[in-house]
Amino acid sequence: MTVTTKAASLPGTLLWAETIPGGCHWSGVIRRGVALRLTDVEGGTNGAMLAFNHEERFERYNMPDTLKGQHTAFLTKGNVLYSDMGRVICSVIEDTGGWHDSICGVMDDATLAARFGARRYQEHRNAMTRSGKEGFLEELGRQGLNRRDLHANVNWFSKVVADESGDLHFDAGHAKAGAFVDLRFDMNSLVMLSTCPHPLDPRSDWDPKPLRLEVWRCGIAGESDYCRNFRPENQRAFLNNERYFAT
Amino acid sequence: MIKASTLQERDAAVNEVCPAGEPWMKAIRKGQVFRIHDLEGNQAVDTLFYNLHDPEERYSAVDTLQRQRHLYITTGTKLYSTEGNAMLTVVADTCGRHDTLGGACAQESNTVRYALDKRFMHACRDNFMSAIAHHHEHPIEKRDITHNINFFMNVPVTPDGRLAFADGISAPGKYVEMRAEMDVLCLISNCPQLNNPCNAYNPTPVRLLVWD
Repeated sequence: MTVTTKAASLPGTLLWAETIPGGCHWSGVIRRGVALRLTDVEGGTNGAMLAFNHEERFERYNMPDTLKGQHTAFLTKGNVLYSDMGRVICSVIEDTGGWHDSICGVMDDATLAARFGARRYQEHRNAMTRSGKEGFLEELGRQGLNRRDLHANVNWFSKVVADESGDLHFDAGHAKAGAFVDLRFDMNSLVMLSTCPHPLDPRSDWDPKPLRLEVWRCGIAGESDYCRNFRPENQRAFLNNERYFAT
Repeated sequence: MIKASTLQERDAAVNEVCPAGEPWMKAIRKGQVFRIHDLEGNQAVDTLFYNLHDPEERYSAVDTLQRQRHLYITTGTKLYSTEGNAMLTVVADTCGRHDTLGGACAQESNTVRYALDKRFMHACRDNFMSAIAHHHEHPIEKRDITHNINFFMNVPVTPDGRLAFADGISAPGKYVEMRAEMDVLCLISNCPQLNNPCNAYNPTPVRLLVWD
């Protein structure tokens, strides 16, 4: 059964919207001062995301710097995504999901085929299976990059917890219909998304869920910005952004 | 899991010391056994592996975590590549736990984590850049420097998702040993970080040994 909930209202004027079907992939540029809302339309989605500085593609989202800089193993409101150059790519300015994974990567074709069985286009047309890694490789290629540029991604709406021993556990009931996360982009960014299921998601039926994208102009972070002041590390990273953009 | 090795140092084909704060790069062939020896204790050894014949295939922290469904590296852990191949298997470990979430220090991340005026302190990224600048035979550039392993570093994650750089659990003489499952290129920065307890505020040398 498909469950949808009434969408929460946007804090700005919608510039454009798009829904990525489950198991598909997308890339595009989102400018500094623009916000992106990602919504888990039906519940159970996984929004795998890579992000690069659009002008200098060798600057990219850095998972270790992001997590250690904010003393966290997951992302939620107040956190920012650091690039490997000590700057902020984007900020989590709102979040009803509460926990987003960034340590498990994406599923590759072999893992997908072993778990779900590969479905080719010839027999299944656009219900074919596409792995998260394959989706990223295609988007990287489309944007002039390649597998050398594939590093740790964020998995929006997926929760993975480490127990005391270090074993990792996927929380299958975490991603709820209508949950959303708002990202303010703090540099001009090339963003790539895949809606392939999370690699630790135990569900064995191939039923990937869609992800809705809504974009509006929100402006850049001011002195009193919540994410900027969430941690002293974030304040310094925003200073690095201001040096870069001379603002 | 703590497991001691039976290999003797006198039988090693390679036996080198990497001083504190310096890079080290060497090929390790399939079937050889590679040991990193924490000579003075609590030294973070930032380590990357590449397929020797195709460096676009390289160690992947997220594939390793995903495939073993476990956060830490110890005896029995397979270190997976971006192509889903086991590159090395940890066969002995007298420390018990190693990190692959914490990444490497860089001038840029030091400005964020500590202060803008820490920019000019020596950092692992400089070691990586130095090593690749002096080894043109390997086509590795900044974009290929990915999320590394921190041998002997203690980065505990709690069930509620907090992450800390904690005091080390290593000690003088602890070591970790791994068998190469393919021909690999090992790139190390023997971490010079002075701003957190990853090196017990005192970076020290490590010994690197390879057995045929």
